[in-house]
This record gives sequence, C-alpha cells and structure tokens, in this order.
Amino acid sequence: MNPYWQIFCTFTKIGAFTIGGGYAMLPLIKKDVVEQKKWIDPTEFVDIVAISQSLPGVFAVNLSVLTGYQLKGNKGSIVAALGTILPSFFIILLIAAFFRHFNENVYVMKMFNAIRPAVVALIAVPVFSTAKGIGINLKTVIIPITAALLIWIWGVSPVYIVLVAAAGGLIYGKAKSKLVS
Amino acid sequence: MIYLQLFWTYLKIGLFCFGGGYAMISLIQDEVVDNHAWLTNAEFTDIVAISQMTPGPIGINSATYIGYTVTGSVIGSVIATVAVCLPSFIIILLIAKAYQKFNSNPYVAGAFLGLRPATVGLIASAALLLMNKENFIDYKSIILFVSAFVLTKFCKVHPILMIVLAGISGLFLY
Repeated sequence: MNPYWQIFCTFTKIGAFTIGGGYAMLPLIKKDVVEQKKWIDPTEFVDIVAISQSLPGVFAVNLSVLTGYQLKGNKGSIVAALGTILPSFFIILLIAAFFRHFNENVYVMKMFNAIRPAVVALIAVPVFSTAKGIGINLKTVIIPITAALLIWIWGVSPVYIVLVAAAGGLIYGKAKSKLVS
Repeated sequence: MIYLQLFWTYLKIGLFCFGGGYAMISLIQDEVVDNHAWLTNAEFTDIVAISQMTPGPIGINSATYIGYTVTGSVIGSVIATVAVCLPSFIIILLIAKAYQKFNSNPYVAGAFLGLRPATVGLIASAALLLMNKENFIDYKSIILFVSAFVLTKFCKVHPILMIVLAGISGLFLY
C-alpha cells in the first residue's frame, strides 16, 4: 500500500476518536503508530510530545504534523494533519448545518457521560508506560511529579515547565560531559 | 470582507495559543464573542459542549463551526480551519528540520534529557486536570474510569474499542 495513503488512513482513524481534546490523541498514537506499526520508537514519541507541547497552535495538529514529518518528510506531515482534521471537520460541519441541538440529545448525553471518565483513564495509561519507556527511576521520578503538581495545583503554564526542563537538561548534560572529559 | 477577517482571526488564534485545548478557549472567546460579536456567549458555550462531544480538538472544532455559522457556507469553515492550522504547520516544519539535523548535537541531546521526564509530568497533569466535576459526575464515573484504566493498561484493550465500549455502557448506565 502507498505509504502516504497508509499514514492518511491511520491518522483519520486516530482523528475520528480523539474525543475530549488533543491529549486524548496520545494513547491512540502510542498504540497505533508506536506499538503496533512501530513507525517511530518510544523515545522519539516522547520527544515529539515535548516539542508539540512547547509550540503554539492546536496540540493535536502539532502532534500529527511532527509525527508525519518523522515518517515521510513534508508530504507526510501534510497527509497526517489532513487525516487528523478531516473527521472532525465533516462532523462539525454536519452539526453546524443540520443538528444544532446535537448536544441536547438524550442518547448522546448518556453515551458521553460514560465516555468522558474513560477518556481520562486512556490519557492516564501512557503516563506510566512512557515513564517506564524512558527509564524513569526512583531518583528522576521527582521531575514528572513536580511538573505535574506545578501545572495541576498552581496552574503554571506548561510552556515554562518545558523551558525550565530543557535548560536543566542542558546544564546536566554539560556537567556530565565535563566529568567524563 | 468577512472571509479575510475570519482568516486573520484564526491565524492569530493559531499563532498565539500555547498549551493547547483548554488554554485556547479563553482566547477564542475573546476574539469571536467580545471582539467580533460573531457569536453570543451562550452560543459559544454550546460550541464548547459540542466540541467535547465530538472528535477533534476544540481549536479545530470551533474554527469549523464558527466559519460555517458566520458565513453560512462551507468555504468559511475551510478558511477558518486552514488558518488555525497554518502557523503551527510552518513553525513545526522548520523545527522538525532542525530536530533531525541537531538531535545528535550534545546541547540539544542534553535539553531532551530534561524534557523527557518533564513531558511525562505534562501528560499526567492533563489527566489530573480532566478529573473534574464535568467529567466525573457520580460514583459510576469512577467505576468507568477504573475499568477503562485496567482494561487498556493490563488487558491491552485498544483505546478506540474502549471508547466504543464506554459509549455503549453509557446507554445502559445513565
């Protein structure tokens, strides 16, 4: 099968089930692109998440553009982004044109009452597998815990966390290379 | 020229929104409700609700919906949706090229050493922030959360299947 078509189909499937914001895309990309198709390796995946988070714009678009680029360059990024956007584009267009009261439908409400907490669980799962994947140990676990608490309790913008973490890593890397040489 | 206004407004939203999704909502509201009066506050709240009930990020959903509502045509939707994606597209392509070129550079490699564990924290904070009263309405929500966690983490159920299963169970539970 044509590789671009493959990327497009995978991201259309992911886009169609990204419910409840961009972070809901993470478990889907991790499962399909990293674990099943093995198109990118787990560390690359974490890097892509880190970069997507620190740039402006829609997180899900950033994520798919970067993943697509890693797979097949410029064209790959375009098909991945199109795939992600198209399902929601058509669904919203239908709702805007014909079903303005879609969110008041009783069956839709019932289904989404149950889907919402499940999606939160889907986002929580990759926290643990990713931590294991990048080799977080008892000493370094303080970094993700501090970052999560700063954002959750004190409402610190993720952008600052990214900047501080990158600077910290840079200094640590430099100090370590000095020790070796 | 309404199309040009739409394009410009969503280009700005795409360029200046950091932190994705929920951080975006207030900026979008500022532009489309307060500055342009394209929507009332109530209509805007409806869009947020619809976005949470449909696939796709709120940035894209609101662009598509407002583009259609304001112009009454699909072209408006396309213009707003393209505009909101365009800045990140250009920035990311530049960054991606740099990442491929520089990821063996010791400074960049060092920076990523710090970024990776922090990113785990970012994902965790996304999950924690979503544990709110809108998503957890009663004890059944907690049962659903725990079941979904166990099924996907330990029984390796595919996330898409999990969403479908949750939706079906909602029809019976609520």
